[in-house]
Amino acid sequence: MAKTILAVDDSASIRKMVNFTLKGAGYNVVEAVDGQDGLERAKAQNVNLVLTDQNMPRMDGLTLIRALRNMPNYKNVPILVLTTESSAEMKVQGRAAGATGWMVKPFAPQGLVDIVKKVIG
Amino acid sequence: MSNDSILGCDFDMTELHGLFFDEATEHLDAMEALLLGIDPATADEEQLNAIFRAAHSIKGGAATFGFKDITELTHEMETVFDRVRKGHMPLSTELVDAFLASGDMLKSMLSATKGDGTAVDTTEVTALCVRLRVFLDPAAANAPPAQAVATVPAANAKPFLELVFGPLDKTFNAASVDSVVADLKDFGAVEEIFAPSPEASAKGGHRKKKALLERRFRIATEVSAADLSDAIAFMADPERVKVVIPPAAAEAIAAPTAPVAEPTAPDDSSFGLFVDSATLPVNQPQPAEAKKSVGKVVEIKSAAKPAAVQGGADATSIRVSVEKVDQLINLVGELVITQAMLAQTASKADPVLYESLLNGLATLEGNTRELQEASMSIRMMPMSVAFSRFPRVVRDVAAKLGKEVDLITSGEGTELDKGLIERIVDPLTHLVRNSLDHGLEMPDDRVAKGKTRKGTITLRAYHQGGAIVIEVSDDGRGLHRSKILSKAKERGLNVSDAMSDSEVWQLIFEAGFSTAEVVTDVSGRGVGMDVVRRNIQALGGRVEIHSTTDVGTRISIKLPLTLAILDGMSVRVGKEVFILPLSYICESLLPADIKLRTIVGRGQVISVRGEYLPVISLADAFGMRGQAEKQGQGIIVILEAEGGKTAVLVDELVGQHQVVIKSLETNYRKVPGISGATIMGDGRVAMIVDVAHVVSLANSRVEKVA
Repeated sequence: MAKTILAVDDSASIRKMVNFTLKGAGYNVVEAVDGQDGLERAKAQNVNLVLTDQNMPRMDGLTLIRALRNMPNYKNVPILVLTTESSAEMKVQGRAAGATGWMVKPFAPQGLVDIVKKVIG
Repeated sequence: MSNDSILGCDFDMTELHGLFFDEATEHLDAMEALLLGIDPATADEEQLNAIFRAAHSIKGGAATFGFKDITELTHEMETVFDRVRKGHMPLSTELVDAFLASGDMLKSMLSATKGDGTAVDTTEVTALCVRLRVFLDPAAANAPPAQAVATVPAANAKPFLELVFGPLDKTFNAASVDSVVADLKDFGAVEEIFAPSPEASAKGGHRKKKALLERRFRIATEVSAADLSDAIAFMADPERVKVVIPPAAAEAIAAPTAPVAEPTAPDDSSFGLFVDSATLPVNQPQPAEAKKSVGKVVEIKSAAKPAAVQGGADATSIRVSVEKVDQLINLVGELVITQAMLAQTASKADPVLYESLLNGLATLEGNTRELQEASMSIRMMPMSVAFSRFPRVVRDVAAKLGKEVDLITSGEGTELDKGLIERIVDPLTHLVRNSLDHGLEMPDDRVAKGKTRKGTITLRAYHQGGAIVIEVSDDGRGLHRSKILSKAKERGLNVSDAMSDSEVWQLIFEAGFSTAEVVTDVSGRGVGMDVVRRNIQALGGRVEIHSTTDVGTRISIKLPLTLAILDGMSVRVGKEVFILPLSYICESLLPADIKLRTIVGRGQVISVRGEYLPVISLADAFGMRGQAEKQGQGIIVILEAEGGKTAVLVDELVGQHQVVIKSLETNYRKVPGISGATIMGDGRVAMIVDVAHVVSLANSRVEKVA
């Protein structure tokens, strides 16, 4: 069965870009418009990977990661942060929050697929 | 999982770009609204974060889609605002101004990128970047503008290569990667683009995953991939380092990546991931700049927060192109006509024989009406869409004129057809500028008159019957009756001192009419008010002016709720049926009750309660033969248009209908005196009368008798 990826980003164009790219590689993609929405969707269905932006209204990416890591189902699910934030400071915070990896936008579609494949196969 | 279907047939770049443009525009509007509403002294964290997020989101999208110039500018904005929101730097009025200017520039850059012919001056963009950078470091004014760009390589900025280090193990660990990367800095700016977290992997489940044992970097360099590989070969085991030419977004159907060797156990202690090779940013607080007070203060008050500010609420909405909605509305219009035809045919049927058919038709009628209302509501947008630009207009114009103004808006939630909103913005802007320039006095003059220093301009929208009223009012000096009259005489217009105030006010809508002594940058060139009236009339609307000396001026625009449907009175002239828009009709009279008088050479007039009104026969106006030509027959309909009343003679009032407007221009050609057509219940076509045109036509023939 195709694996499901939750793509959390407040920008519709980025969500669509991620969605098209990963769908093309054979994954199911669930979109969420911000951290809050992402959390609700992650509760509603178990996903195999979470890709999240950092800066979002209502709930940011790191808060989402912390919330997910507190849920038994999401203790070990890989979470990648896909963001324009590239400061070391933010990455340290990301690691502390429980992120599996940090990807800096802009991303090349193939690069994203490569990384996702390596993380969840 | 197949690799070759990536970016398959449904991957439409133009659609994504369109989404990005819409999004960026929304962010810019939200940012502008926030910036205008912000008080540098008391700005709260939420506001600052929202502004930062807007810049950040635009940058993210622009970088992803490879719009280099937009990325550059938003990067500067983001960097500056990040400092502000973290409290490392004070928010100043200068900074707000720089941000507003940047927002404007981004808008033109977006238009230019969309390819609508807008040209963007790149030197201006660079100048803005420098202007923003000065806030971070006053010395940056002289620095070359390149360095900031390098930290955020846009997809097509400089050619760049990707480096994949891995697998990592005890001998080749994160520290080795860091040292290689440090040496590579000579080739260009290096940025880590993928860094796995050791802790996350150590928590179990995915420790075997290869991705967790590699790090990826991006290097902006002109050097070829082969040359870079050769260089790296001196520093590290070439087996562990791959140089990848990143695929361009559009041609990303790349070959599958080479398999990575199975890793050995990770070495957590030396797994220095997440730590960027770049130096930590130094968040050195700026010395607090002495806040310079800007010469004139403009405060923007709004009754409601702009809706766009509350982001993230679009989860349950979808974007549909306007064409699709219009097509739907058009089809519903056809359905309404068909339904009306059926109803008319069925009304002749025997209610006993066809009971169930008639019941069905009655249900159909109800459903059709609801469907029509529902589909119309799709096109409806709140007035806040139009009002949101005015804080900026008022701020800029008031600053230019040296006036102090409060802008108050109310009724932003009032909904209006999207097409109308788009076309009402320009006339409204004209009116607001006029109020600012001619209406409001200079602060000192206001004080001398016993008024508050600060003037007030109010924008108001509300429903009235089936129409929407938009008011622009100010508490300025009011219109100057004698000045307008003398100016009108000077221009050779036909005026008299006995004219009523409302007739005098209408004179300002004449072409080339301006009583301003000095032509200013803002207004006073005498173009404008006539265009305003023409535009509003073209929308089926009307303009009214109320003014009192030293109390203020109120200009009300009354518009139909939608352009697609009209409340009309159908009247018969000869064998033809015409539709008179209901909004113009005051009353109707049987001419038998009153006397029609003929003034030789000037046509007929009618006395209604002591007031003499010119009479036009609709039959004459359209060169037809009516039955009402003989006195005592037909009906007089009194219309209010062009600042006065006019009596129109028709044969018969048929009834009141909501009619679906069909454009005559697109299907045939423009006909003077006719604003459109509609299809009646019986299938006949009826013309919709352009009342303003017919009345002015009559006025040119028939002189009004006071």
